[in-house]
Amino acid sequence: MVQTLNTLIETPSQTSGPYVHIGCIPSFAGIEGIYPEDLGKSPIAHGAKGEIITISGSIFDGTGWTMRDAMFESWQADATGRFAGQEGADPQVSGFCRFAAGKDTGQFTLRTIKPGAVKMRGGSVMAPHISLWIVARGINIGLNTRIYFDDEDNSADPLLARIEQRQRVDTLIAKKVADGQYRFDVRLQGAGETVFLDL
Amino acid sequence: MTDTKVLMPRRREVHPVPHDPDYKTSVPRSPSLPLLSMESTPSEETGPRFGHGLLGALDNNLISNFTQGKALAIGERIRVHGRVLDETGRAVPHTLVEIWQANAGGRYRHIKDSYFAPLDPNFGGCGRTITDENGYYEFMTIRPGAYPWPNRANDWRPMHIHFSIFGHAFGQRLISQMYFEGDPLINHCPIAATIKDRSQLDTLVAPLDLQSSRPMDYLAYKFDIVLRGHRQTMFENKMEGM
Ligand SMILES: [Fe+2]
Repeated sequence: MVQTLNTLIETPSQTSGPYVHIGCIPSFAGIEGIYPEDLGKSPIAHGAKGEIITISGSIFDGTGWTMRDAMFESWQADATGRFAGQEGADPQVSGFCRFAAGKDTGQFTLRTIKPGAVKMRGGSVMAPHISLWIVARGINIGLNTRIYFDDEDNSADPLLARIEQRQRVDTLIAKKVADGQYRFDVRLQGAGETVFLDL
Repeated sequence: MTDTKVLMPRRREVHPVPHDPDYKTSVPRSPSLPLLSMESTPSEETGPRFGHGLLGALDNNLISNFTQGKALAIGERIRVHGRVLDETGRAVPHTLVEIWQANAGGRYRHIKDSYFAPLDPNFGGCGRTITDENGYYEFMTIRPGAYPWPNRANDWRPMHIHFSIFGHAFGQRLISQMYFEGDPLINHCPIAATIKDRSQLDTLVAPLDLQSSRPMDYLAYKFDIVLRGHRQTMFENKMEGM
Protein backbone atom coordinates (compact mmCIF):
# COMPACT_ATOMS: atom_id res chain seq x y z
CA MET A 1 0.00 0.00 0.00
CA VAL A 2 1.02 3.61 -0.49
CA GLN A 3 -0.19 6.89 0.89
CA THR A 4 -3.39 8.36 -0.46
CA LEU A 5 -3.05 11.32 -2.83
CA ASN A 6 -4.74 14.49 -1.67
CA THR A 7 -5.84 15.69 -5.08
CA LEU A 8 -9.51 15.69 -6.03
CA ILE A 9 -10.83 14.79 -9.48
CA GLU A 10 -12.29 17.47 -11.71
CA THR A 11 -16.07 17.40 -12.05
CA PRO A 12 -16.86 15.81 -15.42
CA SER A 13 -18.27 18.02 -18.15
CA GLN A 14 -21.67 17.48 -19.74
CA THR A 15 -23.00 19.02 -22.91
CA SER A 16 -24.46 22.49 -22.59
CA GLY A 17 -27.46 21.23 -24.55
CA PRO A 18 -29.57 23.35 -26.91
CA TYR A 19 -30.87 25.66 -24.18
CA VAL A 20 -27.53 27.05 -22.97
CA HIS A 21 -28.75 30.53 -23.87
CA ILE A 22 -31.29 30.46 -21.02
CA GLY A 23 -28.52 30.32 -18.45
CA CYS A 24 -25.79 32.32 -20.14
CA ILE A 25 -27.43 34.86 -22.48
CA PRO A 26 -31.09 34.79 -21.45
CA SER A 27 -32.17 37.61 -23.75
CA PHE A 28 -31.25 35.39 -26.73
CA ALA A 29 -33.80 32.85 -25.43
CA GLY A 30 -36.37 35.62 -25.07
CA ILE A 31 -36.02 35.88 -21.30
CA GLU A 32 -35.91 39.49 -20.12
CA GLY A 33 -36.13 41.08 -16.73
CA ILE A 34 -34.22 38.66 -14.53
CA TYR A 35 -30.83 40.29 -15.12
CA PRO A 36 -30.40 43.91 -16.26
CA GLU A 37 -28.39 42.67 -19.26
CA ASP A 38 -26.66 39.53 -20.53
CA LEU A 39 -23.24 38.85 -19.06
CA GLY A 40 -20.28 39.50 -21.36
CA LYS A 41 -22.22 41.63 -23.85
CA SER A 42 -19.00 43.38 -24.85
CA PRO A 43 -15.32 42.79 -24.04
CA ILE A 44 -14.59 46.52 -24.29
CA ALA A 45 -16.06 49.67 -22.83
CA HIS A 46 -16.05 53.13 -24.35
CA GLY A 47 -12.51 54.48 -24.60
CA ALA A 48 -10.74 51.13 -24.78
CA LYS A 49 -7.30 51.63 -26.32
CA GLY A 50 -6.41 49.91 -29.55
CA GLU A 51 -7.87 49.17 -32.95
CA ILE A 52 -11.56 48.26 -32.90
CA ILE A 53 -12.19 45.15 -34.97
CA THR A 54 -15.03 42.79 -35.77
CA ILE A 55 -14.57 39.08 -36.34
CA SER A 56 -17.43 37.26 -38.06
CA GLY A 57 -17.87 33.67 -39.07
CA SER A 58 -19.85 30.49 -38.92
CA ILE A 59 -19.42 27.13 -37.26
CA PHE A 60 -19.88 23.96 -39.28
CA ASP A 61 -20.51 20.38 -38.15
CA GLY A 62 -18.89 17.37 -39.80
CA THR A 63 -21.47 17.30 -42.60
CA GLY A 64 -20.78 20.92 -43.53
CA TRP A 65 -24.04 22.12 -41.97
CA THR A 66 -23.98 25.58 -40.38
CA MET A 67 -24.79 25.20 -36.70
CA ARG A 68 -27.33 27.59 -35.26
CA ASP A 69 -27.21 26.70 -31.60
CA ALA A 70 -23.56 27.15 -30.57
CA MET A 71 -22.44 29.60 -27.91
CA PHE A 72 -18.99 31.14 -27.77
CA GLU A 73 -16.93 32.79 -25.09
CA SER A 74 -13.83 34.80 -25.87
CA TRP A 75 -11.02 35.89 -23.59
CA GLN A 76 -8.18 38.18 -24.58
CA ALA A 77 -5.54 40.65 -23.50
CA ASP A 78 -5.72 44.41 -24.01
CA ALA A 79 -3.82 46.24 -26.76
CA THR A 80 -0.58 45.99 -24.76
CA GLY A 81 -0.90 42.27 -24.00
CA ARG A 82 -2.14 42.61 -20.42
CA PHE A 83 -5.16 40.76 -19.07
CA ALA A 84 -7.86 42.42 -16.98
CA GLY A 85 -6.72 42.61 -13.38
CA GLN A 86 -3.00 42.62 -14.21
CA GLU A 87 -0.89 45.64 -13.37
CA GLY A 88 -1.17 48.33 -16.03
CA ALA A 89 -4.10 46.67 -17.84
CA ASP A 90 -6.53 48.94 -19.68
CA PRO A 91 -9.50 49.37 -17.30
CA GLN A 92 -11.82 49.71 -20.32
CA VAL A 93 -11.03 46.18 -21.49
CA SER A 94 -12.79 43.35 -19.62
CA GLY A 95 -11.48 40.97 -22.30
CA PHE A 96 -14.46 38.64 -21.92
CA CYS A 97 -17.32 38.28 -24.38
CA ARG A 98 -20.22 35.91 -24.92
CA PHE A 99 -21.90 35.57 -28.28
CA ALA A 100 -23.97 33.03 -30.13
CA ALA A 101 -24.43 31.71 -33.62
CA GLY A 102 -27.53 33.43 -35.04
CA LYS A 103 -30.60 31.24 -34.72
CA ASP A 104 -31.51 31.77 -38.39
CA THR A 105 -28.19 32.45 -40.15
CA GLY A 106 -25.70 30.69 -37.92
CA GLN A 107 -23.45 33.73 -38.25
CA PHE A 108 -21.60 35.08 -35.21
CA THR A 109 -19.83 38.39 -34.72
CA LEU A 110 -17.35 39.49 -32.07
CA ARG A 111 -16.65 43.22 -31.77
CA THR A 112 -13.54 43.95 -29.74
CA ILE A 113 -10.08 45.53 -29.90
CA LYS A 114 -7.10 43.82 -31.46
CA PRO A 115 -5.13 42.31 -28.55
CA GLY A 116 -1.41 42.80 -28.10
CA ALA A 117 1.24 40.09 -27.99
CA VAL A 118 1.40 38.25 -24.65
CA LYS A 119 4.60 37.36 -22.78
CA MET A 120 4.93 33.82 -21.48
CA ARG A 121 6.96 32.39 -18.63
CA GLY A 122 10.52 31.95 -19.76
CA GLY A 123 10.42 35.02 -21.96
CA SER A 124 8.87 33.83 -25.20
CA VAL A 125 6.07 35.85 -26.73
CA MET A 126 2.73 34.73 -28.14
CA ALA A 127 1.44 36.50 -31.23
CA PRO A 128 -1.78 38.50 -30.73
CA HIS A 129 -4.66 36.09 -30.30
CA ILE A 130 -8.10 35.66 -28.76
CA SER A 131 -8.96 32.50 -26.85
CA LEU A 132 -12.24 30.94 -27.88
CA TRP A 133 -14.39 28.42 -25.99
CA ILE A 134 -17.28 26.74 -27.80
CA VAL A 135 -20.23 24.88 -26.36
CA ALA A 136 -23.35 23.47 -28.02
CA ARG A 137 -25.70 20.52 -28.08
CA GLY A 138 -23.63 17.50 -29.08
CA ILE A 139 -20.36 18.94 -27.73
CA ASN A 140 -19.71 16.92 -24.59
CA ILE A 141 -16.83 19.02 -23.33
CA GLY A 142 -16.30 22.65 -24.34
CA LEU A 143 -13.88 23.09 -27.23
CA ASN A 144 -10.92 25.45 -26.88
CA THR A 145 -9.28 27.13 -29.81
CA ARG A 146 -7.62 30.46 -30.66
CA ILE A 147 -8.10 33.22 -33.17
CA TYR A 148 -4.86 34.65 -34.59
CA PHE A 149 -4.69 37.34 -37.31
CA ASP A 150 -3.32 37.14 -40.85
CA ASP A 151 -1.93 40.68 -40.69
CA GLU A 152 0.28 39.91 -37.68
CA ASP A 153 3.63 38.14 -37.53
CA ASN A 154 2.71 34.67 -36.31
CA SER A 155 6.03 33.05 -37.25
CA ALA A 156 7.42 32.79 -33.70
CA ASP A 157 4.23 31.89 -31.87
CA PRO A 158 4.98 28.92 -29.56
CA LEU A 159 1.53 27.35 -29.90
CA LEU A 160 1.30 27.60 -33.68
CA ALA A 161 4.83 26.20 -33.87
CA ARG A 162 3.62 22.96 -32.30
CA ILE A 163 1.17 22.17 -35.09
CA GLU A 164 2.83 19.39 -37.07
CA GLN A 165 0.70 19.55 -40.21
CA ARG A 166 1.55 23.10 -41.26
CA GLN A 167 -1.51 23.51 -43.47
CA ARG A 168 -3.65 23.22 -40.34
CA VAL A 169 -2.13 26.41 -38.86
CA ASP A 170 -4.39 28.26 -41.23
CA THR A 171 -7.49 27.08 -39.34
CA LEU A 172 -6.52 29.33 -36.42
CA ILE A 173 -5.93 32.48 -38.44
CA ALA A 174 -8.62 35.08 -39.06
CA LYS A 175 -8.52 36.57 -42.56
CA LYS A 176 -8.73 40.30 -43.03
CA VAL A 177 -11.64 41.07 -45.36
CA ALA A 178 -11.76 44.87 -44.94
CA ASP A 179 -10.31 47.51 -42.67
CA GLY A 180 -10.96 46.32 -39.13
CA GLN A 181 -12.95 43.31 -40.31
CA TYR A 182 -11.92 39.69 -40.16
CA ARG A 183 -13.45 36.34 -41.10
CA PHE A 184 -13.00 33.27 -38.88
CA ASP A 185 -14.88 30.01 -39.45
CA VAL A 186 -14.86 26.98 -37.18
CA ARG A 187 -15.06 23.44 -38.58
CA LEU A 188 -15.69 20.74 -36.00
CA GLN A 189 -14.81 17.82 -38.24
CA GLY A 190 -13.64 16.77 -41.67
CA ALA A 191 -11.81 18.78 -44.32
CA GLY A 192 -10.28 21.90 -42.78
CA GLU A 193 -11.03 20.74 -39.25
CA THR A 194 -10.11 23.51 -36.80
CA VAL A 195 -7.19 22.77 -34.48
CA PHE A 196 -8.68 22.37 -30.98
CA LEU A 197 -6.55 22.80 -27.92
CA ASP A 198 -5.85 20.98 -24.68
CA LEU A 199 -3.99 23.40 -22.47
CA MET B 1 5.98 39.33 -17.00
CA THR B 2 2.94 37.74 -15.43
CA ASP B 3 2.53 36.08 -12.07
CA THR B 4 0.00 33.51 -13.22
CA LYS B 5 0.18 29.86 -12.15
CA VAL B 6 0.32 26.82 -14.42
CA LEU B 7 -2.88 24.78 -14.53
CA MET B 8 -2.80 21.08 -13.85
CA PRO B 9 -3.28 19.29 -17.17
CA ARG B 10 -6.90 18.35 -17.77
CA ARG B 11 -7.54 14.65 -17.12
CA ARG B 12 -9.52 13.94 -20.24
CA GLU B 13 -10.24 10.36 -19.11
CA VAL B 14 -12.54 11.58 -16.33
CA HIS B 15 -14.67 13.52 -18.82
CA PRO B 16 -17.26 12.27 -21.31
CA VAL B 17 -16.05 10.84 -24.61
CA PRO B 18 -16.56 13.50 -27.31
CA HIS B 19 -17.91 11.02 -29.86
CA ASP B 20 -20.67 8.68 -28.69
CA PRO B 21 -22.99 6.98 -31.22
CA ASP B 22 -25.76 6.69 -28.60
CA TYR B 23 -25.81 10.49 -28.34
CA LYS B 24 -26.41 11.07 -32.02
CA THR B 25 -25.66 14.80 -32.22
CA SER B 26 -22.18 14.19 -30.84
CA VAL B 27 -21.29 12.15 -33.94
CA PRO B 28 -20.97 15.10 -36.38
CA ARG B 29 -20.00 17.58 -33.65
CA SER B 30 -16.90 15.94 -32.16
CA PRO B 31 -13.42 16.66 -33.52
CA SER B 32 -12.03 13.68 -35.39
CA LEU B 33 -8.40 14.77 -35.06
CA PRO B 34 -6.46 14.81 -31.77
CA LEU B 35 -6.41 17.96 -29.63
CA LEU B 36 -3.16 19.92 -29.55
CA SER B 37 -1.81 19.54 -26.01
CA MET B 38 0.46 22.10 -24.42
CA GLU B 39 1.20 23.49 -20.97
CA SER B 40 -1.15 26.32 -20.05
CA THR B 41 -0.11 29.88 -20.86
CA PRO B 42 -1.23 33.22 -19.38
CA SER B 43 -4.17 33.13 -21.81
CA GLU B 44 -5.59 30.12 -19.95
CA GLU B 45 -4.25 31.03 -16.51
CA THR B 46 -6.11 34.33 -16.36
CA GLY B 47 -9.84 34.75 -16.69
CA PRO B 48 -12.75 37.10 -16.15
CA ARG B 49 -13.69 38.03 -12.59
CA PHE B 50 -17.14 39.05 -11.55
CA GLY B 51 -17.90 40.99 -8.38
CA HIS B 52 -20.79 40.50 -5.98
CA GLY B 53 -22.06 43.86 -7.25
CA LEU B 54 -23.17 42.04 -10.40
CA LEU B 55 -25.89 40.22 -8.52
CA GLY B 56 -29.49 41.24 -7.97
CA ALA B 57 -31.20 40.20 -4.75
CA LEU B 58 -33.23 37.43 -6.44
CA ASP B 59 -30.62 36.20 -8.91
CA ASN B 60 -30.15 32.90 -7.05
CA ASN B 61 -33.85 32.35 -6.42
CA LEU B 62 -35.47 30.76 -9.47
CA ILE B 63 -38.76 30.40 -7.61
CA SER B 64 -39.30 34.14 -7.66
CA ASN B 65 -36.74 35.85 -9.92
CA PHE B 66 -38.80 35.70 -13.12
CA THR B 67 -41.64 37.68 -11.57
CA GLN B 68 -39.28 39.69 -9.36
CA GLY B 69 -41.08 38.31 -6.33
CA LYS B 70 -44.67 38.95 -7.41
CA ALA B 71 -45.60 35.27 -7.78
CA LEU B 72 -44.00 31.89 -7.17
CA ALA B 73 -43.05 29.18 -9.64
CA ILE B 74 -44.98 25.91 -9.64
CA GLY B 75 -43.19 22.82 -8.40
CA GLU B 76 -41.44 21.12 -5.51
CA ARG B 77 -39.42 23.73 -3.67
CA ILE B 78 -35.76 22.77 -3.34
CA ARG B 79 -32.51 24.30 -2.19
CA VAL B 80 -29.38 23.33 -4.11
CA HIS B 81 -26.12 24.14 -2.36
CA GLY B 82 -22.51 23.15 -2.19
CA ARG B 83 -18.93 24.29 -2.59
CA VAL B 84 -16.66 24.98 -5.52
CA LEU B 85 -13.20 23.50 -4.92
CA ASP B 86 -10.18 22.89 -7.11
CA GLU B 87 -8.18 19.70 -7.60
CA THR B 88 -5.89 20.62 -4.71
CA GLY B 89 -8.91 20.69 -2.40
CA ARG B 90 -8.82 24.46 -1.94
CA ALA B 91 -12.03 26.45 -2.01
CA VAL B 92 -12.62 28.62 -5.08
CA PRO B 93 -13.99 31.85 -3.58
CA HIS B 94 -15.80 34.67 -5.40
CA THR B 95 -16.47 32.78 -8.60
CA LEU B 96 -19.60 32.97 -10.72
CA VAL B 97 -21.96 29.98 -10.81
CA GLU B 98 -24.85 30.07 -13.30
CA ILE B 99 -27.65 27.52 -13.63
CA TRP B 100 -30.53 26.87 -16.01
CA GLN B 101 -33.23 24.24 -16.04
CA ALA B 102 -36.64 23.10 -17.26
CA ASN B 103 -39.77 23.90 -15.27
CA ALA B 104 -41.60 21.36 -13.13
CA GLY B 105 -43.26 19.89 -16.24
CA GLY B 106 -39.99 19.43 -18.09
CA ARG B 107 -40.39 22.44 -20.42
CA TYR B 108 -37.77 25.09 -21.10
CA ARG B 109 -38.56 28.73 -21.74
CA HIS B 110 -36.75 28.73 -25.09
CA ILE B 111 -37.81 29.25 -28.68
CA LYS B 112 -36.37 25.84 -29.62
CA ASP B 113 -38.34 23.85 -27.04
CA SER B 114 -41.57 22.54 -28.57
CA TYR B 115 -42.48 19.95 -25.91
CA PHE B 116 -46.20 20.32 -25.17
CA ALA B 117 -45.81 20.44 -21.39
CA PRO B 118 -46.95 23.98 -20.55
CA LEU B 119 -44.76 26.93 -19.68
CA ASP B 120 -45.10 28.19 -16.13
CA PRO B 121 -45.88 31.92 -16.32
CA ASN B 122 -43.94 32.39 -13.09
CA PHE B 123 -40.77 30.53 -14.05
CA GLY B 124 -37.92 31.78 -16.23
CA GLY B 125 -35.41 29.02 -15.58
CA CYS B 126 -32.08 30.73 -14.94
CA GLY B 127 -30.19 31.87 -11.88
CA ARG B 128 -26.72 32.89 -10.84
CA THR B 129 -24.65 33.52 -7.76
CA ILE B 130 -21.04 34.08 -6.68
CA THR B 131 -19.33 31.79 -4.17
CA ASP B 132 -18.42 33.24 -0.81
CA GLU B 133 -14.90 33.31 0.64
CA ASN B 134 -15.19 29.58 1.43
CA GLY B 135 -16.33 28.62 -2.06
CA TYR B 136 -19.92 28.11 -0.87
CA TYR B 137 -22.99 28.79 -3.05
CA GLU B 138 -26.72 28.15 -2.87
CA PHE B 139 -29.83 28.40 -5.00
CA MET B 140 -33.54 28.16 -4.34
CA THR B 141 -35.46 26.59 -7.20
CA ILE B 142 -38.06 23.98 -8.06
CA ARG B 143 -37.30 20.40 -9.00
CA PRO B 144 -37.13 20.29 -12.80
CA GLY B 145 -39.24 17.72 -14.62
CA ALA B 146 -37.83 14.93 -16.78
CA TYR B 147 -38.45 15.47 -20.49
CA PRO B 148 -38.37 13.53 -23.77
CA TRP B 149 -35.90 14.51 -26.48
CA PRO B 150 -35.26 13.50 -30.06
CA ASN B 151 -32.39 11.03 -30.12
CA ARG B 152 -33.14 7.31 -30.17
CA ALA B 153 -36.81 6.36 -30.48
CA ASN B 154 -37.69 6.88 -26.81
CA ASP B 155 -35.10 8.88 -24.89
CA TRP B 156 -35.82 10.91 -21.77
CA ARG B 157 -33.57 13.23 -19.84
CA PRO B 158 -33.44 12.56 -16.11
CA MET B 159 -34.25 15.52 -13.89
CA HIS B 160 -31.23 17.80 -14.11
CA ILE B 161 -29.93 21.30 -13.58
CA HIS B 162 -27.32 22.73 -15.97
CA PHE B 163 -24.33 24.37 -14.25
CA SER B 164 -21.79 26.85 -15.65
CA ILE B 165 -18.73 27.61 -13.51
CA PHE B 166 -15.86 30.02 -14.22
CA GLY B 167 -13.16 29.55 -11.60
CA HIS B 168 -10.42 32.17 -11.82
CA ALA B 169 -8.79 31.05 -15.06
CA PHE B 170 -10.26 30.69 -18.54
CA GLY B 171 -8.76 27.19 -18.65
CA GLN B 172 -10.93 26.17 -15.69
CA ARG B 173 -14.15 26.95 -17.54
CA LEU B 174 -16.69 24.17 -17.11
CA ILE B 175 -20.29 23.40 -18.01
CA SER B 176 -21.92 20.32 -16.52
CA GLN B 177 -25.22 18.97 -15.21
CA MET B 178 -26.45 18.00 -11.76
CA TYR B 179 -28.67 14.94 -11.41
CA PHE B 180 -30.85 13.93 -8.46
CA GLU B 181 -30.29 10.96 -6.16
CA GLY B 182 -32.60 8.09 -6.89
CA ASP B 183 -33.75 9.16 -10.36
CA PRO B 184 -34.16 5.90 -12.33
CA LEU B 185 -33.76 7.74 -15.66
CA ILE B 186 -30.06 8.41 -15.00
CA ASN B 187 -29.28 4.81 -15.93
CA HIS B 188 -31.11 5.16 -19.26
CA CYS B 189 -29.74 8.53 -20.35
CA PRO B 190 -27.31 8.53 -23.30
CA ILE B 191 -25.99 11.97 -22.31
CA ALA B 192 -25.16 10.83 -18.77
CA ALA B 193 -23.67 7.71 -20.38
CA THR B 194 -21.15 9.75 -22.36
CA ILE B 195 -19.18 9.59 -19.08
CA LYS B 196 -17.73 6.09 -19.24
CA ASP B 197 -16.39 5.94 -15.68
CA ARG B 198 -19.43 5.25 -13.49
CA SER B 199 -17.72 6.63 -10.39
CA GLN B 200 -17.27 9.90 -12.26
CA LEU B 201 -20.92 10.00 -13.30
CA ASP B 202 -21.81 9.44 -9.65
CA THR B 203 -20.09 12.75 -8.82
CA LEU B 204 -22.82 14.51 -10.81
CA VAL B 205 -25.60 12.98 -8.71
CA ALA B 206 -26.57 15.24 -5.83
CA PRO B 207 -27.66 13.46 -2.66
CA LEU B 208 -30.77 14.43 -0.77
CA ASP B 209 -29.52 16.53 2.16
CA LEU B 210 -32.33 16.35 4.70
CA GLN B 211 -30.33 18.09 7.40
CA SER B 212 -30.03 21.18 5.18
CA SER B 213 -33.71 21.19 4.31
CA ARG B 214 -36.25 23.34 6.09
CA PRO B 215 -39.30 21.70 7.67
CA MET B 216 -42.58 22.61 6.01
CA ASP B 217 -40.73 24.58 3.31
CA TYR B 218 -38.08 22.94 1.09
CA LEU B 219 -35.89 19.88 0.57
CA ALA B 220 -32.16 20.32 0.02
CA TYR B 221 -29.67 18.71 -2.35
CA LYS B 222 -25.90 19.05 -2.00
CA PHE B 223 -23.74 19.47 -5.08
CA ASP B 224 -20.00 20.12 -4.79
CA ILE B 225 -18.01 21.03 -7.89
CA VAL B 226 -14.30 20.49 -8.53
CA LEU B 227 -12.40 22.64 -11.06
CA ARG B 228 -8.90 22.17 -12.43
CA GLY B 229 -6.20 23.12 -9.95
CA HIS B 230 -2.99 25.10 -10.23
CA ARG B 231 0.30 23.30 -9.84
CA GLN B 232 1.73 24.20 -6.44
CA THR B 233 5.50 24.38 -6.36
CA MET B 234 8.14 26.57 -4.87
CA PHE B 235 10.13 26.39 -8.12
CA GLU B 236 7.51 28.01 -10.30
CA ASN B 237 9.04 31.47 -10.71
CA LYS B 238 12.38 30.30 -12.07
CA MET B 239 13.23 30.55 -15.73
CA GLU B 240 12.51 27.48 -17.82
CA GLY B 241 15.13 24.76 -17.49
CA MET B 242 16.70 26.14 -14.32
FE1 LIG C 1 -31.50 20.12 -20.14
